[in-house]
Amino acid sequence: QSWDKVVVNLVNYYQEQTPQRTKLIDAFMAFLVAVGGLQFVYCVLAGNYPFNAFLSGFSATVGQFVLTASLRIQTTEANKSDFPSVSPERAFADFVVCSLILHFFCVNFIN
Amino acid sequence: SGGKGESTRTILRVVILFLIAGAAVASRLFSVIRFESIIHEFDPWFNFRATKYLVANGFESFWDWFDDRTWHPLGRVTGGTLYPGLMVTSGVIYHALRALTIPVDIRNICVLLAPAFSGLTAFSAYLLTNEMTTSPSAGLLAAAFMGIAPGYISRSVAGSYDNEAIAIFLLVFTFYLWIKALKLGSMLWGALCALFYGYMVASWGGYAFITCLLPLHAFVLICMGRYSTRLYVSYTTWYALGTLASMQIPFVGFLPVRTSEHMPALGIFGFLQLLAFLDYVRSAIPGRQFQTFLFFSTAGIFGIGLLGLVIATSAGFIAPWGGRFYSLWDTSYAKIHIPIIASVSEHQPTAWPAFFFDLNMLIWLFPAGVYLCFQNLRDEHVFIVVYALFGSYFAGVMVRLMLTLTPVVCVAAAIAVSSILDSYLNAKSPSPEEVAAAEESKPAKQSALKQASKPVVGVYSLLSKTVVTTAMLIYLLIFVLHCTWVTSNAYSSPSVVLASRMPDGSQHIIDDYREAYQWLRQNTKEDAKIMSWWDYGYQIGGMADRPTLVDNNTWNNTHIATVGKAMSSREEVSYPIMRQHEVDYVLVVFGGLLGYSGDDINKFLWMVRIAEGIWPDEVKERDFFTARGEYRIDGEATDTMKNSLMYKMSYYNYNTLFPPGQAVDRVRGARLPDTSPTLNTMEEAFTSENWIIRIYKVKDLDNVGRDHAAA
Repeated sequence: QSWDKVVVNLVNYYQEQTPQRTKLIDAFMAFLVAVGGLQFVYCVLAGNYPFNAFLSGFSATVGQFVLTASLRIQTTEANKSDFPSVSPERAFADFVVCSLILHFFCVNFIN
Repeated sequence: SGGKGESTRTILRVVILFLIAGAAVASRLFSVIRFESIIHEFDPWFNFRATKYLVANGFESFWDWFDDRTWHPLGRVTGGTLYPGLMVTSGVIYHALRALTIPVDIRNICVLLAPAFSGLTAFSAYLLTNEMTTSPSAGLLAAAFMGIAPGYISRSVAGSYDNEAIAIFLLVFTFYLWIKALKLGSMLWGALCALFYGYMVASWGGYAFITCLLPLHAFVLICMGRYSTRLYVSYTTWYALGTLASMQIPFVGFLPVRTSEHMPALGIFGFLQLLAFLDYVRSAIPGRQFQTFLFFSTAGIFGIGLLGLVIATSAGFIAPWGGRFYSLWDTSYAKIHIPIIASVSEHQPTAWPAFFFDLNMLIWLFPAGVYLCFQNLRDEHVFIVVYALFGSYFAGVMVRLMLTLTPVVCVAAAIAVSSILDSYLNAKSPSPEEVAAAEESKPAKQSALKQASKPVVGVYSLLSKTVVTTAMLIYLLIFVLHCTWVTSNAYSSPSVVLASRMPDGSQHIIDDYREAYQWLRQNTKEDAKIMSWWDYGYQIGGMADRPTLVDNNTWNNTHIATVGKAMSSREEVSYPIMRQHEVDYVLVVFGGLLGYSGDDINKFLWMVRIAEGIWPDEVKERDFFTARGEYRIDGEATDTMKNSLMYKMSYYNYNTLFPPGQAVDRVRGARLPDTSPTLNTMEEAFTSENWIIRIYKVKDLDNVGRDHAAA
């Protein structure tokens, strides 16, 4: 009975309360989900023969999604009390470093 | 003056840490000083050989090294079946020292690697403990404990060039980075943790311990209602990067997505995504009903995930636990199904005295430290509690896992000792009046009843302070004495040379192993195949530099069973097997003359059992026992025993050493028959000074086609 209400509330809250930058991050995350989903569907349809290629591609999207989600969490105003030592700039620098490591491993693993 | 006190403290800390590192290194050098700088035991000989290959041929050819001098005729794809971390570490040190124009022999680097890393382990124990408590002394105490605790020294004396040498440092340091990442909620620390986790995966198979402990810690935190965004950030960063890092190692490959050991980490990773999303929704929409719904949906999805995992495992998408890992849960599994795992002495359950022997007073301070962790239970203390529980269980199941328990024992004991010392070593006594005044001046929030029931806490008398502090000091001193004694007497003997005492107290070295290996190296042709039991495979490859049939890397059970069958069958059966495998020499270890109990006759029943597992019709363990069920080697021995190749090779011509009727086997304490067993298909090639190693040459086929017994 209240399901549609909950969803409407959620969408309203999101559109009104989320800053522009965070929305940008969310768009990137949605893109990553789409890419990862596509790869997975392709893997299911076409088989996983170069398994390392599938794994590195898929885990690149998963890893990047997770890192972006971490960046989103750390830059959200409401979570500031959780991260007293992480400024938004520091969060972004960490994000860059972690992404570089992730991509190095993925490129190395895809052969 | 506050600044000055601060800098004095820093200097003291640095000096103390250096002294601890010095003590950690120095206490591991007994064997080098007493004997010489050589590699001990069995496994390190392979690591040493691989390191020499790496240094000689460069990294790339080491990475895809096909070794055709082991497991003849199969060979071993070494690059894909070892953990390369240890070899690469010493290779890097070797080249770094050369670049600094300090050319050190690679053997000395390998021998002294473990002591050097023990200093680093002590330092990382210091860092880890400092994350747990605010007490200034706990970290230093933990470092001191870690530096000299025999539980860790046993696997890291100089010459013990095994994976554990660097793995324990990486274990403790990875835990430190994990705690740091969790506390700060920082991606960078999570990434560092993942990198060191990757290094750990490259070094030791025990990395599965970390892979299971970190998700378990996260899971316990979630169940306690301590989910936080910091947990999300640190765990997911660690998992995403760490899993990819671990898959770079060829030996690990796809295991992190395919085996059950790694599934807890994946499950918690998925569960955390869900929790993060629900957490966001909860912050967006308040409402009591919705929260209950969240709770149920979380539990429901977790259950479905678990069910999916079970189905995937039983359907075969995910490999079940490996035998070694599984035998930790079902402790009788290995003995029944995989005799080769049960045959290794360090896979046995631990006896009580071993805990006291290896950890002395730490073992009774350990529960107190864990209890103190409960008192102010923050996220990092939950980690210590979880680690303590699982570490103790595993150490109780298997002797060699005492090694993974030791770090947490040192940390918890250091917390206990430092809390005692902090209470009793405070020179300033509060006077009862002051305390009472302070209590009264507090705003009267607490009820009068509570205040009245509360005792006045504090240590007042100088006497009690002195007594407790002195007692603690004496315990600490005794601990140092115990550690030194244990290290010196129990853990500092290279198994390659056997030391014994002459009646006048001087030392007598029995060096039969190297005598025999050197004989093989100098008097046989370059590619002569040596057959021996698998225990000696690595040493033959390392010291004699000859191809072997089986070695300590027991990857092919059938091949080992073939050797076991050849050793435990009659000559007529063994000879064709040896011809088929192009065996040139057979090496047996015999301790009967010297009373050396670790010889092949005592290991013989394991050979029989392993062979029986493959050929139950041809080799039967029952046949090696007398009618009364005794395992005998004297005149009463069964015919199967007397005709087995192992028996013949061990006792061939042994009676000639003694006057008639006096031949005695000193290990079994048995009198032997006066006639020597006859060997038709092989001839004695070499017997070492104390008859510990006997080498036989396999005869060629008879020139005119008779069988050997007739010729």
